[in-house]
Amino acid sequence: MVSSNDLSGSKTNTQNKKSFYFDRWWLLLFAVIVIILLLIIFKPDPFRRILFFVSDGIGVTIYTTLVSFILVLIFGLVAGLGRISKNPILNGAATVYVELVRGIPLLVQLMFWYFAFPSVIQSLGKFLSFEALSSYRANPILMAIIGLTFCYAAYMSEVYRAGIQSISKGQMEAARSLGMNYFQSMRFIILPQAIRVILPPVGNEFITLLKDSSLVSVVAVADITRRGREFMAANFIPIQTWVMVALLYLVLTLFSARIVTWIERKTKLER
Amino acid sequence: MEPIIHIDQIHKYFGHVHALRGVSLDIYKGEVVVVIGPSGSGKSTLLRCINRLEEFDQGQIVVDGITLDSAENINAVRTEVGMVFQQFNLFPHLSVLENVTLAQTVVRKRNAAEAKKTGMQLLEKVGIPEKAHVYPLQLSGGQQQRVAIARALAMNPKIMLFDEPTSALDPEMIQEVLDVMMALAKEGMTMVVVSHEMGFARAAANRAILMDEGQIIEEAPPNVLFTNPTHERTKLFLSKVLS
Repeated sequence: MVSSNDLSGSKTNTQNKKSFYFDRWWLLLFAVIVIILLLIIFKPDPFRRILFFVSDGIGVTIYTTLVSFILVLIFGLVAGLGRISKNPILNGAATVYVELVRGIPLLVQLMFWYFAFPSVIQSLGKFLSFEALSSYRANPILMAIIGLTFCYAAYMSEVYRAGIQSISKGQMEAARSLGMNYFQSMRFIILPQAIRVILPPVGNEFITLLKDSSLVSVVAVADITRRGREFMAANFIPIQTWVMVALLYLVLTLFSARIVTWIERKTKLER
Repeated sequence: MEPIIHIDQIHKYFGHVHALRGVSLDIYKGEVVVVIGPSGSGKSTLLRCINRLEEFDQGQIVVDGITLDSAENINAVRTEVGMVFQQFNLFPHLSVLENVTLAQTVVRKRNAAEAKKTGMQLLEKVGIPEKAHVYPLQLSGGQQQRVAIARALAMNPKIMLFDEPTSALDPEMIQEVLDVMMALAKEGMTMVVVSHEMGFARAAANRAILMDEGQIIEEAPPNVLFTNPTHERTKLFLSKVLS
């Protein structure tokens, strides 16, 4: 507890919040990195070969995950606001979207976006005799990002909804009573508080998305998992290949988890 | 003279509960009106209808010549009507000063320096300029409520609504909030106060109103209403509150 004399200098405990917090979970991350280093130094064949082969997939995995996640944050908020809207059309549309998407496996959704959706566009193009549509070819990464975003925005909308509903009704009333409109109240009062509440589940969603991005390997995206499969098919050493792939995912997920914790600490509300 | 708040036969239902049963009330500029009544009598609901935090089902309310019907009109009325809540409802993620300046910049479109100047003046007025950079949850209840009053005043409202402003406070903090309210009343602010603080009502109010079961039972100057009520229900209520 802070004594009442210290209250006027409220910025004192922001000081140590800004210092980079080092906890024992960082050690786990470093242990994984050390294992990878040991493997590629002392067993360069096959581990260094595997790492070199799949390394271009690391960038693809990170890119696909980051772009999807940014879109998920935006569209998830839109759907989440729809879910809490009193307008029956907005609310109904958002609810149907969330319920349908949550009921279909992500892998099936990705298949739809990559294989079925382009066919739909082509048929539509033929029907309208519109050349640009009938010769449409799907871009694998684009379709993967659309698929991941479409699915995860539905999950994220529930996180937003829970976060917004956790803020007491009096906050919205106070904001509205000062003459702020709905969007100003959301922007300045409700969301800044809700975001602090939902940071842990949002971090969770990010890490789950990172792992689920491995599913895009079946729709022609050359991510870590697909590169691993290609290496295995050419070299027939499944154990080493998948150990390396698993270690690479662990580095990414453990690092993300540390970053999430660090952000949580930085944004903690002063009380 | 035109009343600044004109409430005409409003009805409000919460599901099957008939919370307001045709309430009519005119309040004039500079008046301080205290509303008392048992819990569930509709007094807070009535107050919240004035700035349309609560929608009503029938009747009409006109505030400062603006009828509460469209969304624009409701926002226009809200910028002219300040409100103080029982639970303070300060914004916990903003400092005390930011609580007081935010709506000035967002709604009144004042620049940051101007908003800060007004904000500091008001914090001085409510007696806690030294807490400007503290966060609300580090303050006592009485201090929080005074900040909440400053926050509402920062919009330069013509009317202030107080919804049981001292009910959530520890007894020793009630007076500091009442003192601020008393000073406001002396300056000629139009105030509607839902409160059972008889001392404040006697000292500052022009009129006291007793509500029960969604209706106005009796209205009179506070001294008359408290010492010489005509209505049975007023006598009954006062005997419970004053004992």
